[in-house]
Amino acid sequence: MELDRFCSTSRVIIVAGKGGVGKTTVTATLAVAAARTGMSVLIVEVEGKSGLASAFDRPPLGYEETELAPGVRGRTLTPDDALLDWLRGNGLRRISNRLVASGTLDVVATAVPGLKDILVLGKVKSLDLTRAADLVVVDAPAAGHAVTFLTSARGLLDAVRVGPVNKQASDVVELLSDPERCRVLLVTLPEETPVNELVDTAYAIEDRAGVALGPVVVNGCYEKLALDGAGVTAASVLRDADLLDVFVSEREAEDLARAAGFRAERAAIQTHQADRLARLLPLPQIRLPFLFTADLGYQEIGHLADALTEGVAAL
Amino acid sequence: MNDPRVVHSLDDVVEHGSVAICCGSGGVGKTTTAAVLAVQSARRGRRAVVVTIDPAKRLANALGLDELSNEPHQIDPARWDPKGERVEGGRLSAMMLDTKSTFDDLVTRYAATPEQAQRILENSFYRNLASALSGTQEYMAMEKLHELHEEGDFDLIVVDTPPSRHALDFLDAPKRLLRLLDNRVFRLLMVPTRTYLRVAGAAVQMFLHTISRVVGTEVVDDIVAFFRSFEGMEEGFRERAHRVVEVLAQPETRFVLVTSPRRDAVEEARFFAAKIGDHDLAVDALIVNRVHPRFGTELSAGLRSRADSLRELKVSGREATAARDRLSACYANLADFNEIAERERAHIETVRVRTGAAPVSFVPYLAHDVHDFEALAEVGRILFPDLPDRDGSEPTGAGPGQ
Repeated sequence: MELDRFCSTSRVIIVAGKGGVGKTTVTATLAVAAARTGMSVLIVEVEGKSGLASAFDRPPLGYEETELAPGVRGRTLTPDDALLDWLRGNGLRRISNRLVASGTLDVVATAVPGLKDILVLGKVKSLDLTRAADLVVVDAPAAGHAVTFLTSARGLLDAVRVGPVNKQASDVVELLSDPERCRVLLVTLPEETPVNELVDTAYAIEDRAGVALGPVVVNGCYEKLALDGAGVTAASVLRDADLLDVFVSEREAEDLARAAGFRAERAAIQTHQADRLARLLPLPQIRLPFLFTADLGYQEIGHLADALTEGVAAL
Repeated sequence: MNDPRVVHSLDDVVEHGSVAICCGSGGVGKTTTAAVLAVQSARRGRRAVVVTIDPAKRLANALGLDELSNEPHQIDPARWDPKGERVEGGRLSAMMLDTKSTFDDLVTRYAATPEQAQRILENSFYRNLASALSGTQEYMAMEKLHELHEEGDFDLIVVDTPPSRHALDFLDAPKRLLRLLDNRVFRLLMVPTRTYLRVAGAAVQMFLHTISRVVGTEVVDDIVAFFRSFEGMEEGFRERAHRVVEVLAQPETRFVLVTSPRRDAVEEARFFAAKIGDHDLAVDALIVNRVHPRFGTELSAGLRSRADSLRELKVSGREATAARDRLSACYANLADFNEIAERERAHIETVRVRTGAAPVSFVPYLAHDVHDFEALAEVGRILFPDLPDRDGSEPTGAGPGQ
């Protein structure tokens, strides 16, 4: 599939996965790849963490939009931001400060669990309605929270049957259940536990939140070596060196062979896990490479965006 | 209070600690590490329990945590010590924290009458508080720790901490809950339901009226009913919270900071270490999981240029060309691993600046996930290399070298 078509299937893409699998990396990668096709992209960060901005070599994001890269803007949208925003939008500006200062906001949010989630998603909805960007990419909370995040609206529809909260919740349900407006991109690593948890999350999201799932992004895959690593031994390295008439010490030959063997072993495990995921979850996969050579910065995001574009093309 | 100058080894944690708190960001192997520490402590003849928060399914199965029970249960020694090598008296128990029933127990304990407890437990605001308020899980983990500690059935209690959005919530969680229970707006309303609008001052009236308009009167009624039922219990709760926090500060408590060597996890670990310091506590041990192996001592830059020059080597013949490509790829691969090992080591150094003299242990990337006792023992051999029962086999590429 062409990348621009992929990125315009829905106007909001929610990127979700468990902690440590590279959700933020994938968010940034998707945004950069989409921007390259000429789209304007807005990244929404809902946990107020700093990782996203550093992927663009920028200082932490704030509530106000900032440009992160050509065609890519970013902002935070924490539940507290969303709540205050919503109160102001509903003519309650005067009490909003008092709610915060008196700690009553916490009491009310506790009394209505999921309130904060639907306010965040409600704000995402209005970003979508006002066409704040061609594509809105949401960096969702970590896995367990992601399910709650996406199912809160349905729960609230039952709990609060009238009034502005109900209206907000039904708007959110409408957004989530329309695949042309919104879908979820799940991220995992090619390892046993992350794969298992991803499968559970995927079914929970589909069954309980009714959101359309896009392809699964398998992050951190070792790229294939230009040789069969498993067949490399210290002796075979020394033979090659002899043939080429270059000097390789025995100890170095040993290191080279162990490293090649390790890579082959890890790569085999990764392939096994990715295949297992494919069996357990009938969704197409996009594999992104593991980066050995540098910490994640804008340049590395660029490499990953190349890989994402290729992965999408192969779908 | 922990004296930051006292250095505790990981051996000391399992042999002399009475409480070990495993903290770190999500996805770095905290639960596994906590289980490993408890197993090692039991092997050394102590009565150890691991309190897990949200274990991956297969690890939970291994620990016998299939059924949610809020009490520790003992694990058959045949499972964690198949060769019978443990020091006599060693026992291993495990439990999975049930936030809601821990909170329920607390309410029942501090209520003046069973009726008061009942009223609170049935209140829907309370039920949300017990299950949905962020920070409650952290607080209840600490509460459970305190309870087990007071009961005195265990020599070492190893606590896994919830994957917090804000690192170290568990240190602040008791305060957070107390602040909520102290809410002045609602405390003003501890008068019979429905009459509150008449009794409260005009400003509060307006305020509540507005809130009712948004979330409905039912919700506000529930909140008011909760605060009314809760009356008189705050003091007990406050004292309790105070004592819970005291357990953290006693000299036999050890903080084990767990991280992966990736930059983002390390940034969080640094923040944790600083925060622990802010509470006048100290990190006693740093455990770095999922470290890439380093092969040999050669620096990546040299290996990389060797790979490049080999690739440019002019050769003739199919055999020589194949040999050149293989050798060049081998060097490039070794350069990859040593480069990432160098970078990971540099990241860890930035945490060590904050953890002072705390020893650091590296656990390499393992071929398989850790979800049974065999794998826990494997990690144990890496973390405690001096164990007498060590079978002499090196784990693949142990640690990132010197």
